[in-house]
Amino acid sequence: MSERYESHDVDVLVIGAGGAGLRAAIEASAQGARVGVVCKSLLGKAHTVMAEGGVAAALGHVDPSDSWKVHFKDTMLGGKMLNNWRMAQLHAQEAPDRVRELERWGAVFDRTQDGRILQRNFGGHSSPRLAHVGDRTGLEMIRTLQDFGVHQGLEVYMECTVTKLLKQDSRVVGAFAYWRETGRFVLFRAKSVVLATGGIGKAYTITSNSWEYTGDGHALALGAGAELIDMEFVQFHPTGMVWPPGVQGLLVTEAVRGEGGLLRNAAGERFMERYDPKRMELSTRDMVARAIYTEVKEGRGSPHGGAFLDISHKPAEMVKKKLPSMYHQFMEFANIDITKSPMEVGPTVHYIMGGVRVDADTGAATVPGLFAAGETSGGMHGANRLGGNSLSDLLVFGRRAGAGSAAYAAKAPGHGVIDPAQVAAAERELLEPFERASGPDPYSIHRRLQQSMHSLVGIFRTEQDLMKGIEEILKLKAEANAVRVEGSRAFNPGWHLAHDLRNMLTISEAIARCALQRRESRGAHARLDYPNLNPELGDANSVATLDGQAVRVSQSPLPRMPDELRALFATEPAGVQS
Amino acid sequence: MPEAVLHVYRGDASGGGLKEYRVPLQEGMVVLDAIHHIQGYQAPDLAVRWNCKAAKCGSCSAEVNGKPKLLCKTRMDALPPGQPVVVQPLKAFPIVKDLVTDVQWNYEVNKRIPPFTPKPNAEWRWKQEDVDRVQEFRKCIECFLCQDVCHVLRSHGRTDAFAGPRFLVRVAGLEMHPMDALNRTKFLKEDAGIGLCNITKCCTEVCPEDITITDNAIIPLKERVVDDHYDPVRMLIRLVTGKKKGE
Repeated sequence: MSERYESHDVDVLVIGAGGAGLRAAIEASAQGARVGVVCKSLLGKAHTVMAEGGVAAALGHVDPSDSWKVHFKDTMLGGKMLNNWRMAQLHAQEAPDRVRELERWGAVFDRTQDGRILQRNFGGHSSPRLAHVGDRTGLEMIRTLQDFGVHQGLEVYMECTVTKLLKQDSRVVGAFAYWRETGRFVLFRAKSVVLATGGIGKAYTITSNSWEYTGDGHALALGAGAELIDMEFVQFHPTGMVWPPGVQGLLVTEAVRGEGGLLRNAAGERFMERYDPKRMELSTRDMVARAIYTEVKEGRGSPHGGAFLDISHKPAEMVKKKLPSMYHQFMEFANIDITKSPMEVGPTVHYIMGGVRVDADTGAATVPGLFAAGETSGGMHGANRLGGNSLSDLLVFGRRAGAGSAAYAAKAPGHGVIDPAQVAAAERELLEPFERASGPDPYSIHRRLQQSMHSLVGIFRTEQDLMKGIEEILKLKAEANAVRVEGSRAFNPGWHLAHDLRNMLTISEAIARCALQRRESRGAHARLDYPNLNPELGDANSVATLDGQAVRVSQSPLPRMPDELRALFATEPAGVQS
Repeated sequence: MPEAVLHVYRGDASGGGLKEYRVPLQEGMVVLDAIHHIQGYQAPDLAVRWNCKAAKCGSCSAEVNGKPKLLCKTRMDALPPGQPVVVQPLKAFPIVKDLVTDVQWNYEVNKRIPPFTPKPNAEWRWKQEDVDRVQEFRKCIECFLCQDVCHVLRSHGRTDAFAGPRFLVRVAGLEMHPMDALNRTKFLKEDAGIGLCNITKCCTEVCPEDITITDNAIIPLKERVVDDHYDPVRMLIRLVTGKKKGE
């Protein structure tokens, strides 16, 4: 094999270079592993860069009564108790250390009056808990991790796309990839692999995600025989831009509401009073997204089909200091000065709670040698993620998956044997679209998938829509198998999309089938035909696996929370609503 | 529907030229929207880098009508009406294909910068005012537009001797960090070639993050280099005490 392809041998291969991937790589490297990081874009451009509001950690700098137990409880209640309790516990316990560690690596967070890391309010968090840098926290984090990792000696393979995991018997032993620049193929031999490729936002029309978020890690895991859990839970962030058309879906940080921003409908009413009178604008994302959607649907929307989000009652200097990106974003893209006028906002696909089923402590997937972290893994956020818990998730579980994968690699007998048949099949799959004389183009299939997912597997769901959605996805899957690509293999976005499309279709099917299976409304999964939460389904994870090209779904029992943690919820008998 | 005319560079290292495309014009449209429309309906293999589409990641850097710009932040209605919009790759870096250039050199330079080195046993408390300046430098999205416009790199091709504004900004962020213990003046003088910058401020003008690159980052660093390496009093002290530069 090695004569035919450029090949690289590493101990741990990390796929994805956002926060989770970089944190995993840094940890694996610190444990003595030789680490390779592969990413589809240039280093430092992953979606973590877009995270704005902050990283949730119970540091207690602003509210000294905050503790990991309160953070844990907020997270579980926000996730409608469907979270993996152990992940939620580790997350709440370790997030403060991970944030302090980042500061030791050079991150410069905003400060309190007494010179410590400042924290702000966010939806669903019962204390000001989000450490932040204005509204560009993600950029600060990714740059800190990037620079720390580079100086630590990570081998980074930029603009390189992994299309298949390679196995020897049951174990993952490597990956097949292509260089985006040249289209040439490359083989990685690895003792363990960490998936950290983010989410699947690009399967939807209106999304805050970039071109990269095509469910690659989810699909690679399924293809390698791993299980995905809770894929029906897709987070619509309540506040994306709705106008002008070119920036529809672009994120408007929750920090606007955290800093005191108010939501109003066309009649000037603070409508959250009717949906969550206690928490109002700082309710959880699932609630606020559905509220805005309902206001628009019932004719009380803003001129471009959203709600008004207003921060103009706050001093202009404070707005510019705490929300500088939002100020510029609206000024430059929409000609709106947010210190003077309200913004128009509406729901945008932002995040998937579901993902690869992992062991909470090590990030190990259900296939030997395979690990996952961050958005690609499932369980941590249950049915709905709280804002700010993603940046802390990727630090806590990036580190844990890095340690887990390095420990696995250290115990492995050596590199596995690469099976030429698997490599040949991966190569065929990539080359076939060039060889077809005719066939649909990938862009048109992609547009139809996005429309179907948005209208049939969207913010509110019904059995009828979901069935229609699945039918449509299967039709598009067949078309994607016959797709034709023009041009050469050198930096050809049409060709890249042709492959990414396969991942999107597989994962879209997993989302739709899990959504059809869950006959209740819980967190981000809202069924018009089953509008209430069904307590019996609170004990079940949805499970998706791959059988050939078909996605199969089932259910498995939720890991049971120990009594001492369960006791924290004793005073919340009605705390869990859909 | 009104149309926009774009002249987009198509080609690679072996050559190429501008190709004309027409796209329907929408309200609030940016140049990247037009490029995506061309990809989606006319030229599926048109190569362009992009990610966030919100001027936060710095991927879609190119030249619009000859000026270094983020394609996602350049509105079509801000360009001269009735004239074709000319979109070309960054000039300072070798072309890969169409609007994509080889920016690998920047990552190599970054690796050579002496990393953040915290003071031992320090108390990690500081005032917000003490880090406002450092936070300004840390806003950098690595779009490399400043590298593209800098004449030391663009016109003279001195990638062998000069780190470029982006990395002087990075060094400034480290040097002015209240907890950093290292002195990087030797690196600035000998490796980064800070002396080659003659303060024309072109970099500051193109920065999409409005970082005052020349005044706030480069000039203070130049002063530190002068203090450490050219100050006659210090040179004398070094001669007498036998201490090395930067100690």
